[in-house]
Amino acid sequence: MRFRTLKELTAISQAESKTLAEIMIEEQAAETGVSREEITAQMSDYYGKMKAAVRLGLSEQNVSRSGLSGGDAVKVLDLAENGTPSSGDPSSRAMAYALAVSEVNASMGRIIATPTAGSCGIIPGVFVSSQERFGWSDEHMVNGLFAAGAIGYVIANNSFISGAEGGCQAEVGSAIGMAAGALVELRGGGAEQAMHAVGLALKNTLGLICDPVAGLVEIPCIVRNGLGAVNALAAADMGLAGVRSAIPSDEVVSVMLEVGAAMPSGHRETGQGGLAQTPTGRKLTEGLMRGRKPLQPEFEEPASGQAETAAAQTVHTSE
Amino acid sequence: MRFKNVFSIIGPSMVGPSSSHTAGAVRIGLIARQLLGEQPKTVKIALYGSFAETYWGHGTDLALAGGLLGYATDDARVADALEEAERLGIGISFFKGVGLAPHPNTAKLELTAADGRTAQVLGASIGGGTVMIHEMNGFDVRCSGEYPTIVVLHDDRPGVLASLTARLGGSDTNIGYMGVDRKGRSAEAMTVMELDSVPDAELLAQLRQIEEVKEVTVINLSGRGA
Repeated sequence: MRFRTLKELTAISQAESKTLAEIMIEEQAAETGVSREEITAQMSDYYGKMKAAVRLGLSEQNVSRSGLSGGDAVKVLDLAENGTPSSGDPSSRAMAYALAVSEVNASMGRIIATPTAGSCGIIPGVFVSSQERFGWSDEHMVNGLFAAGAIGYVIANNSFISGAEGGCQAEVGSAIGMAAGALVELRGGGAEQAMHAVGLALKNTLGLICDPVAGLVEIPCIVRNGLGAVNALAAADMGLAGVRSAIPSDEVVSVMLEVGAAMPSGHRETGQGGLAQTPTGRKLTEGLMRGRKPLQPEFEEPASGQAETAAAQTVHTSE
Repeated sequence: MRFKNVFSIIGPSMVGPSSSHTAGAVRIGLIARQLLGEQPKTVKIALYGSFAETYWGHGTDLALAGGLLGYATDDARVADALEEAERLGIGISFFKGVGLAPHPNTAKLELTAADGRTAQVLGASIGGGTVMIHEMNGFDVRCSGEYPTIVVLHDDRPGVLASLTARLGGSDTNIGYMGVDRKGRSAEAMTVMELDSVPDAELLAQLRQIEEVKEVTVINLSGRGA
């Protein structure tokens, strides 16, 4: 890839009068040796799957395998359609759509990791609701995904995109920055405006810890996706309005690295701190563990005559 | 650069809920199946670290079973993989891993085929659905499955590696990464080569003709929800 930083990405865009999407498609083709047509076909397939996840999440109450989450996307959609949402109709729709995809994810439905499964609601939430609102073509949206990918590529390689490494700022934070920058480009803003939107968005999630209850991608991940979609719309608006990130966006990315590296392990996806270790978080975890037989130690052969008991203690024995 | 292309940022296409606990687990199961070369009859799986703590909520058990059945990361059937395995008469049992693992998200799989042949894989899911295999059939060798990979079991003799690489060079096949481990001096050895292109049948036949070569297996996850 010809760019390693957001500054370099902006410079190429300005020097060659190319969109972020065009640059990403060209660089991807050069890096992998795969044709432009195949690359855009794959991204187009991914966008179709994102839309399907939004539809699925809004069409039924998707309850997770643990039973901890589900049904909130439908409630927010109802408010958007039949009530008076405080955040306005477009924001509440983006929020409902993002919740929908994250609920589908929690119930083992099909999603596209953007950049991870834990943050998979934000980009579809922003993209699908904006497409409906502005009447954009699928092709335009697929270009938007390449723009988001270019921004995410820089963040991932200069900082983190996984909660285990850098906390939720790395997952949900990165997704908000990617969605915000891409939305600026989709709405006709230039690369510089897009990059400011990225920096503005990332500043607002710096320090966000990854503290899921029972270690599952549900509480608070799903809600953070819903709120993250709204943040992305707001950051894109700031960028389009001409608000500048006083601290350059690449420097904000490096702060994410600094903060994530200093984050205690209890706040990095282990379920050992934060919301997971509140009295209620612990109670929910204990509820899930109750009656769950512990796994037998590795490959221990049951003593003769006890085979049946031992088999029952392993979680799944399908012999 | 840890992330090399746009589809490692937008993607993979997968069934939820966790790229490392679910999509990565599917890939580890798939690699184990490909190493055995056929559908297994029985499988014992040891889960380590975070895999052992949260497998039940992330569907890691279903994901590993799905991979063993040959499913891709975004195959909707992953959610019912254990039932399907049972229906097919495949016995899969789960245990808690004992001792140290190379990564918090690690699984060890021991597969047995209907004819008694076995395969063993120790694999870690390192984030975003990407996996790293640390051990195959007791040999300390690595691969990610992201590139077409040739796994060769051979006798540890002078010149075997030269014979292997000469045939790859002869068919214009480039090696991106290569690892070798042996059970002991002049004993059995395993060589793993990650390639830039899919090896064709003719090349594989040539490798199998080398006197010291006992087995040649191909692992390739590309185009499988990768």
